[in-house]
Amino acid sequence: MADLTLLVEAAVRRGGFTLTLDVTVPPGQVLGVLGPNGSGKTTLLRALAGLAPVATGRISLGGTVLDDAAAGTFTQAAQRPVGYVFQDYRLFPHLTVTENVAFGPRARGMGRAAGRAAAREWLARLGIADLAGRKPAQLSGGQAQRVALARALAGQPELLLLDEPMSALDARTRLEVQAELRQHLADFPGPCLLVTHDPLEALVLADRLLVLEDGKVVQDGPPARVARQPATEYVARLVGLNLYSGSLASAAGEPATVTVDGGGAFTVPGSLPADEEGLPGINACPSGRPQGARGDIPFAPPGRRVLIAVRPSAIVVGTEPPHGISARNVWPARVAGLTLLADRVRLDLRGKPDAFVDVTAAAVAELSLGPGSRVWLSVKATDLEVYRP
Amino acid sequence: MNAGAPRGGRPGGLGGWFAPPRRLSPRERARLTGRGASPATAGGRLSVPAPLLVPAVIAVAFLVLPLAGLVRHAPWGRLGPALASADAVQALTLSLWTATVSTGACIVIGVPLAWVLARARFPGRPLLRALVTLPLVLPPVVGGVALLLALGRTGFIGRYLDEWFGLTIPFSPLAVVLAETFVAMPFLVITVEGALRSADQGFEEAAATLGAGRMTIFRRVTLPLVAPSLAAGAVLCWARALGEFGATITFAGSFPGKTETMPIAVYYALENDPDAAIALSLILLVVSITVLVSLRERWIRGSVVQ
Repeated sequence: MADLTLLVEAAVRRGGFTLTLDVTVPPGQVLGVLGPNGSGKTTLLRALAGLAPVATGRISLGGTVLDDAAAGTFTQAAQRPVGYVFQDYRLFPHLTVTENVAFGPRARGMGRAAGRAAAREWLARLGIADLAGRKPAQLSGGQAQRVALARALAGQPELLLLDEPMSALDARTRLEVQAELRQHLADFPGPCLLVTHDPLEALVLADRLLVLEDGKVVQDGPPARVARQPATEYVARLVGLNLYSGSLASAAGEPATVTVDGGGAFTVPGSLPADEEGLPGINACPSGRPQGARGDIPFAPPGRRVLIAVRPSAIVVGTEPPHGISARNVWPARVAGLTLLADRVRLDLRGKPDAFVDVTAAAVAELSLGPGSRVWLSVKATDLEVYRP
Repeated sequence: MNAGAPRGGRPGGLGGWFAPPRRLSPRERARLTGRGASPATAGGRLSVPAPLLVPAVIAVAFLVLPLAGLVRHAPWGRLGPALASADAVQALTLSLWTATVSTGACIVIGVPLAWVLARARFPGRPLLRALVTLPLVLPPVVGGVALLLALGRTGFIGRYLDEWFGLTIPFSPLAVVLAETFVAMPFLVITVEGALRSADQGFEEAAATLGAGRMTIFRRVTLPLVAPSLAAGAVLCWARALGEFGATITFAGSFPGKTETMPIAVYYALENDPDAAIALSLILLVVSITVLVSLRERWIRGSVVQ
């Protein structure tokens, strides 16, 4: 198979909304597209599938131009080598499972018998051969999802698009389907885009994450880094981290202090790198643990903008100002709310700065915490993940 | 004070809100716990509000009583011979095949028209839609006159058909079919257009991503999805064609065995043999009811999209 790299450098309009995007997806890569509702995730898939033309720019797949606004070329959806799993699956209600899966091969010129044979092969490969004669109305959510995937793959696409493939499933089915889907995505040779708003799904299934907000890419990188160094409040919330933006306040050489926007300050480890090269950008780090800002290079200029991510469990809560501890960052706060998570309680704390902190239920009882309680928070400088926005 | 209390409610209490419990038989209870029924919105005999029940009964009486009159005055003794008469058989045969052919014609040209009205965007679409529904409100006789002026031997189209092909349409069975098609087509177009407009175009998008061209999508996805509405429209269309009188008699005349359909036969029979008219009417009634009921049950209720 030729080098099927997907290149998108385009703006897509939908109503008053514009999605601007410049992204390259190599073959075999699963790009997880994350973002809140209305961020342009589905708009992106529609443009790739040919269900909407780009307003400006171009889309190409393996060197073949699919859409080019400047040149005025546009490949119709039916002529694109694309497999699309829709959020609501869109299985044809009047056709059986086999006929649904055979639809792509048949539409692309296969005879009736050959199309059905191809469909049966795909159903067998996805382990749902026993559903062949059913109508979509007789399928469970998980079964319908598998049929939709089989239908998309049966057309032998070179580009695979999945729009929230598991959002319609219950939690239990989702786990099952997720494991299977992971396998099928690994087998798929071309580029694959997986739209989701479930961070776990994205972390498990995607090789790389692209975070969209309001029609723009706000973060693009390996899942491990997105999970560790979220670029925006939305991403931080998604991966369950506290995120602070601020600027470097201390002079060069001293332990650096970051003034947090909206009040408060953090002492951060060492000093921050001075130049762009010294602090790897979010787009530059290939994989693994990013080289944060562990004080390698002195002379960070005051005023540099930085982001700080903190795990909610790294912050310690006490009812008295802590003494004799190594934590460099101590500040008072007030409990605004408590939420019971699976095995712990998440405290919503107001202070300078605000924070989410996870504690055990026992700790809540011991410290008699409730809405309005006054507490002291502390966090070690080494638990702060400091990075460039 | 107590501005929020319901009328009839006692101040300071809920007494006015509560009525003593009604008797609810086990059978009715079972019905109300069934799917799609709730004691609050629908259900058993007792819960049909009188302001809805009374007009509904009047409507049924209005529709059914005249037909009951027809049955009551039927010359049952002479029914057999009347039915067997060559005229009746001829008229019935003509009516049935012309209505069927014109329904076929309506489907062949009406479904594409419905698609264009529902999906294509072009200036003047509202005007076109109004034109299409015109035969619904136009007196059928006017339609017949219009057809005659267009397709008659001296009409602006008929003249050339006559000159070039020697084809004379008026007063032929073809004229019957054309008149029926003219009058019945809006029923099909409106029904199918409505279905196409409300159909989920997501399925068509899915078909496109699977490599289907527009005609394949139409044939394999759109059409099957609107099939129940198409069937309903076709039944309405057929029933309208079967009962067509005004346009037919104007454009096609009333030649027994050639253009004299059942309604026309009834009309003429009424003048010289009222019993025969009643007999013919009964036949028409039975045929219509049979077709409507059987098709409704088979196609409309047992539709593919449930």
